[in-house]
Amino acid sequence: MFPASFDYAKANSVADAVSILTSVDDAKLLAGGHSLLPLMKLRLATPSMLVDIGSLSELSYIEDKGDYVAIGALTRHHDIQNSRLLKSEVPILPYVASQVGDPQVRHRGTIGGSISHGDGASDLPAAALALDARLVLVGPTGERVIPATEFFVGFLETVMSPDELLTEVRVSKFSGGWSFQKFNRRAQDWAIVGVAAVNDGNTRVSLVNMGPTPLRASAVEEALMGGASIEAASKKASEGLDPPEDLNASSRYRRHLAEVLTRRALTEALG
Amino acid sequence: MTALQTGSSQRVTGKRLLRREDPELLTGEARFVDDLYQQDALYMALLRSPLAHAKIISIDVSEARKMPGVHEVLSGRDLREEFSAPMPCAWPVTEDMKNPPHYPIASDVVHYVGDAVAVVIASDKVAAVDALAAIDVKYEALPVVTELEEALLDRNLVHPSLGTNSCFVWKLEPDRAGVDQAFASAAHVVTNRYVQQRLIPSALEPRGVLAVPHPYGAEYTLFSSTQIPHILKLMLSTTLGISEAKLRVVAPSVGGGFGSKLNVYAEEVLALALARKLSKPVRWTEERSEGALTTIHGRGQVQEVELAADSNGRITAVRVNILADMGAYLQLLTPGVPLLGAFLYHGQYDVPAYSFTCTGLFTNKTPTDAYRGAGRPEATFAIERSIDSLARKIGIDPAEIRRRNFIPVDKFPYSSVPGLIFDSGNYEPALQAALEKVGYAQLRMEQEKRRTQGSRKHLGIGISSYVEMCGLAPSKVLGSLRYSAGGWESATVRILPTSKVQVTTGTAPHGQGHETSWSMIVADRLGVSLEDVEVLHSDTAVAPFGMDTYGSRSVAVGGSAVYLATEKVLDKARLIAAHKLEVSPEDLEYSDGMFKVKGSAEKSFALSSVALEAFTAHDLPDGIEPNLEASVTWDPPNFTFPFGTHIAVVEVDEETGDTRLVRYVSVDDVGNQINPMIVEGQLEGGIAQGVAQALYEEAAYDEQGNLLDTTFIEYMLPSAVELPSFELASTVTPSPTNPLGVKGVGEAGCIASPPAVINAIVDALSPFGIEHIDMPASPQKVWSAIESSRGDGK
Ligand SMILES: Cc1cc2nc3c(=O)[nH]c(=O)nc-3n(C[C@H](O)[C@H](O)[C@H](O)COP(=O)(O)OP(=O)(O)OC[C@H]3O[C@@H](n4cnc5c(N)ncnc54)[C@H](O)[C@@H]3O)c2cc1C
Repeated sequence: MFPASFDYAKANSVADAVSILTSVDDAKLLAGGHSLLPLMKLRLATPSMLVDIGSLSELSYIEDKGDYVAIGALTRHHDIQNSRLLKSEVPILPYVASQVGDPQVRHRGTIGGSISHGDGASDLPAAALALDARLVLVGPTGERVIPATEFFVGFLETVMSPDELLTEVRVSKFSGGWSFQKFNRRAQDWAIVGVAAVNDGNTRVSLVNMGPTPLRASAVEEALMGGASIEAASKKASEGLDPPEDLNASSRYRRHLAEVLTRRALTEALG
Repeated sequence: MTALQTGSSQRVTGKRLLRREDPELLTGEARFVDDLYQQDALYMALLRSPLAHAKIISIDVSEARKMPGVHEVLSGRDLREEFSAPMPCAWPVTEDMKNPPHYPIASDVVHYVGDAVAVVIASDKVAAVDALAAIDVKYEALPVVTELEEALLDRNLVHPSLGTNSCFVWKLEPDRAGVDQAFASAAHVVTNRYVQQRLIPSALEPRGVLAVPHPYGAEYTLFSSTQIPHILKLMLSTTLGISEAKLRVVAPSVGGGFGSKLNVYAEEVLALALARKLSKPVRWTEERSEGALTTIHGRGQVQEVELAADSNGRITAVRVNILADMGAYLQLLTPGVPLLGAFLYHGQYDVPAYSFTCTGLFTNKTPTDAYRGAGRPEATFAIERSIDSLARKIGIDPAEIRRRNFIPVDKFPYSSVPGLIFDSGNYEPALQAALEKVGYAQLRMEQEKRRTQGSRKHLGIGISSYVEMCGLAPSKVLGSLRYSAGGWESATVRILPTSKVQVTTGTAPHGQGHETSWSMIVADRLGVSLEDVEVLHSDTAVAPFGMDTYGSRSVAVGGSAVYLATEKVLDKARLIAAHKLEVSPEDLEYSDGMFKVKGSAEKSFALSSVALEAFTAHDLPDGIEPNLEASVTWDPPNFTFPFGTHIAVVEVDEETGDTRLVRYVSVDDVGNQINPMIVEGQLEGGIAQGVAQALYEEAAYDEQGNLLDTTFIEYMLPSAVELPSFELASTVTPSPTNPLGVKGVGEAGCIASPPAVINAIVDALSPFGIEHIDMPASPQKVWSAIESSRGDGK
């Protein structure tokens, strides 16, 4: 498998990356490459140029900002998985990172790439949703901060414009319960269905691979707020959703899994 | 273990020696076809049909020709004259078997997704692949046949000119009336339908080929990632009209095959044809997704299996009717694969009446052929699932019903009703050992406890007692099955002037460690050190005769040939030593590299001195030729019949259908073991492959004949993480078939394991009344079965 030919540029800074993106049509950022390159090899993506931000070390950090933790977009899954700070302040995130792919994927893939890619089947975007993360975007006109809940708009589509860069992910510290339930057949696989739950007084639940984008299970959250039991709330896991079909699961099976996994996640997070 | 004959006081056979092949493999130094440097080589890429059945209306290559780096773009029609004969099928199983002409590249009609329609030759790989997109092919779609039961109806035809989708009907009915009678008078009858899904073999190294023409002499060397350099040479010479004497085939390091490289492939024929046409080296390496479409698939059967039994659960008859998926064309052995299982549907049981019918059917899918186990996993699955279903019906424990039916040990060699002679066997101890090792009674208690406590995680225990036939094969028997070649193997043992030993073998290892095992056999017999023995193979210029490696034949047939050639060279050495010592050969005994005169310890002559004498030839006995070398071509008198019992323990999550293999115990009897570590390695890999069939893998097609899982994201090849550490043990019942007493172990693991796993799942789910789950038992399938058993749609 060979990608179609493309030009390559290495960005020296965030500003440099933005300026290349602004000046070249159909250029794409290259971070860990673990979503983009497979698509290119299958020739499902044929960008004219790759703008490599892989060595922008200024975007690789995990920093304590008081009530939240700031994570640079180029932080690898492996570093998140092993971060002491995150383990104590946002423990769900290292755990979710540890469930992504296999060790090679975790050493290359970045949180910024994972979230920017916006794949409804990916784990970290769902964690970002359950954590009500805020995403820092930098473009030609400057910086904006977008809540994760407003970020994902369609299949592999986000609110970012083609000349914008995700630079930082902000997640609030919390001390309540949490759970991440990932259901798959092989350890290295994407989730057939996944459920993330965070309880910091409010309970937020998000779903993996239950629709075209990463999703919040809002019907479950509302039911809980209305005083429903875990059992009853879980039954609403797929309400209003149209989960995909593939070789591993019909959409009916996905709905069923979402209910079971939501119940298990809530039992763990609220227990 | 009964001792192999040895001329060494420090025997190495039976020891767990590290493999001499491994350092270069593990450090990445081994050279596979794609690693071979070849100056001026051109790269081949193939345009493949996106449709499963279609007429080619037109092919326009003009744009592709203009692309940078492109030398040639040719369609099937352009190449037709290059082929002297269609692609070979060496196993016309019946006289009237239908074999539609199959060329390496289609010219009028494509018959499966992946069928080649045009070829690009370019100066580099990427240029060749890029040019494919510029070829414009117009197709007219034709009706597609994907399912076996649908193919049988002949409503749509894969090859309309044949008038039917049926390739052959093959029967083994020694006593049809006896079978009918047994069913009519049976106390119990169980009838089951099983599906052997298609599998994608997935060797670590994809296929690759490099065809090199030599200037002036019209000679060719073909390097290929193949299991069968010898057979390939013969077949290529007939398909391309190249003198067999002018063709050399080399298989360098080969990264696994599992039967998928036991074939003559379109790309091998094409690369050689193009190398001849263009007078340039031509190379090609398969892409992984391309391989999923064009390397043969394994399995692909629908089986209807009936057992008749008396009131004690003694099986009185087995009746089998299978549909076997050939795919779109016949590859080298396609139609013969079901026959390799045809004799084994009674398994380890002493069954008096037997009938087997197989209908081979064409479909618009990738051709099938031999994949690890070839016919025998299918047979073993059928009998081992059926006997469990019989046990359940009568209410007998699955271990007990097997005991009641085993071929008793005093019946060996056992003449089976289907017509084989099982060389040796002792089934009960292997079952007993497996039950003890797994802790059967405790597991049953644990299972019961979980059930009474209402646990949603169900435990299941599944037994599979298997026997297989391998060591392919007595040439006469192959002939009677209409197979076009023999089953012998050849070996040469050469003791060089410096007394180093060079062995050539006709086997073609691709991961099995023959260099290690063969050198152990020779070092022991000669009483020389292992390091002094070199094993050469897989190059038709070095080892001109051979039948290659497949069918768990190599040690039983090739290893025996090596052993016998060693004996033969020793016989010659003995004559020379006797001459030098002025005694008669019978007065000599041999050990540790020395011929000694019996009863007079001082009088001796070293093998190394014999080697030098044979080389200088200054003083040889009359009639003895110079040099110390002997060749043997050995044709085995029978197959060998490895056996054993495997037990799988699974845990099934009732809510999600998630099914995990938690323990796996196997007790295998493969006769004498040359290197027990290699034996275990073969078993581990085989078991994993069988578990993969049971739980994970399936080449899935849609109704249009599109293969849906062409990458390892979709195709569920499991990794070590999904598998528990297997708990292996063995019993040893030497084979009387060959001088080594060995049986063969390459396929046993994947023959035994699928029914062990499915039996365990069905056992776990028995409280739900579930009788069967088709492979692969994915969580969705398991969940659906549980859900429908509840009958409330929830
Ligand atoms: C075998 C395998 C298994 C995997 N399993 C899982 C799994 O189980 N769960 C899971 O969640 N993921 C899985 N992944 C995906 C993996 O996590 C990817 O690393 C991740 O989705 C993308 O991150 P990346 O840095 O590799 O992004 P890239 O592939 O480099 O980029 C992805 C996309 O995001 C864009 N992009 C990258 N960085 C930025 C940025 N800072 N700002 C704006 N746009 C950007 C790129 O232009 C591109 O369009 C798997 C991948 C593989 C190959």
